[in-house]
Amino acid sequence: MSWQWFHRLGSPRWFYHNSARWLAWLCPIAAVVVLGGLVWGLAIAPEDAKQGNSFRIIYLHVPASFLALAGYYIMAIAGAVGLIWKMKLSYMVMKSAAPIGAALTFIALFSGAIWGKPTWGTYWVWDARITSMLILLFLYLGVMALQYAYHSIDAASKASAILALVGTVNIPIIYKSVDWWYTLHQPATIKFTSAPSMHPDMFQPLLVMIIGFYLFYAVALILHTRSEILRRERKTSWVRELLKPKQEFKADKQVGKR
Amino acid sequence: MANSLNSGFLAWLRRDLLLAYRRRGEAASPLVFFVMVSTLIPLGLTPESARLAEVAAGMIWVMALLATLLSVDGLFASDYQDGSLEQLLITPQLLPMPLLGKITAHWLTTGLPLTLVSPLLGLMLSLPASGYLPMICSLALGTACLSLTGAVGAALTVSLRKGGLLLSLLVMPLYMPVIIFGTATVTYAIDGLNWLPPLAILGALFAASIALCPLAAAGALRITSAN
Repeated sequence: MSWQWFHRLGSPRWFYHNSARWLAWLCPIAAVVVLGGLVWGLAIAPEDAKQGNSFRIIYLHVPASFLALAGYYIMAIAGAVGLIWKMKLSYMVMKSAAPIGAALTFIALFSGAIWGKPTWGTYWVWDARITSMLILLFLYLGVMALQYAYHSIDAASKASAILALVGTVNIPIIYKSVDWWYTLHQPATIKFTSAPSMHPDMFQPLLVMIIGFYLFYAVALILHTRSEILRRERKTSWVRELLKPKQEFKADKQVGKR
Repeated sequence: MANSLNSGFLAWLRRDLLLAYRRRGEAASPLVFFVMVSTLIPLGLTPESARLAEVAAGMIWVMALLATLLSVDGLFASDYQDGSLEQLLITPQLLPMPLLGKITAHWLTTGLPLTLVSPLLGLMLSLPASGYLPMICSLALGTACLSLTGAVGAALTVSLRKGGLLLSLLVMPLYMPVIIFGTATVTYAIDGLNWLPPLAILGALFAASIALCPLAAAGALRITSAN
């Protein structure tokens, strides 16, 4: 009965038309939240007693790490939805999530290295969490490599969905690794079960940045999925219709120039 | 039903062991690789036994991982080429059991010999005496995990022309927990700690992979071999 919305979600065409409307709302909100969080975190939040201004990279590092991990789940769940309900759209979402997640993982690692130099005196430490993030990057790269290795879109989607699901086994280990091989990295800063160990003045902008990164991620994922839809559905009539007026417009321009 | 499960398992186990026996040279190459690379380590690092002893456990584990990785590529390759993989896919039996038979055969022909030859390498790399038993136990369990996980990667890449390199990209991150707890078992024993906890975690990893990997490999084979 009310499953209609779910089946509609499976239609790339429906998604393409409606996501334009969502983006009109999401883009400005994401921009405002990210910019607001950045200004609050980088300029207004108080300086750290021990680390000085260098701690402010946390406002990039922590949200990127959050999304790098959450992005893998999003990718794996999209893959699972594709395998179970055979939805074309969810495979496109999965393919789009891989490069975005890989980029965020790289940002997390890179900003962590920059942060590590003034705090620990070294760019790289073979610490549990850093190593797990590196493994996460490899997992993303594996999914992307498998995605590009197949000529058939169908095989590429299904194979990388299975790989993404197998890789989720690694994610709990990433979370647990903090407890297992605690070495140089400080323990998790944000605990949802207890009060945050950060001062509220520093914590609030971080929360804003995390929300902002989630919104940014949604925008990036939708944009990426839209272009993937156009690429995969380029032979369908609705995409041709969609792209037609622009070509005519160009032709008109050329005629006008003459 | 149980009988058909068993027969699928045993038949493919016997077949793959027979094939490995007939191609003995090919089957021995991971083992030879394992032994040969171990001679590179003293040449590359140092011949001093005190310093070799420090890295011996980790090195033996890394080499075992690489040797497994090299051999797991061929797990489904020849079956895919000669069409017997398609025959397997259309049999009425459940797919995971024959696959488990193939994986067991792979472990018996690579993981087990690697485990049995590892004391020799321990001797060459002057592994402390207290590390031998933990090394054998952890390698026996760990290489089984490697074969099982590798089978998923091999199933995902079987129909690709240059699958081997991609396979190592896909599977290497999944191997990390195994190598962490494998080396932890040996180093705990050398340091005089109780080495059973990391071995128990390896056992847990083995239990999880023997339950899940044949299923994932079966799903992957159905997708990839259709192309």
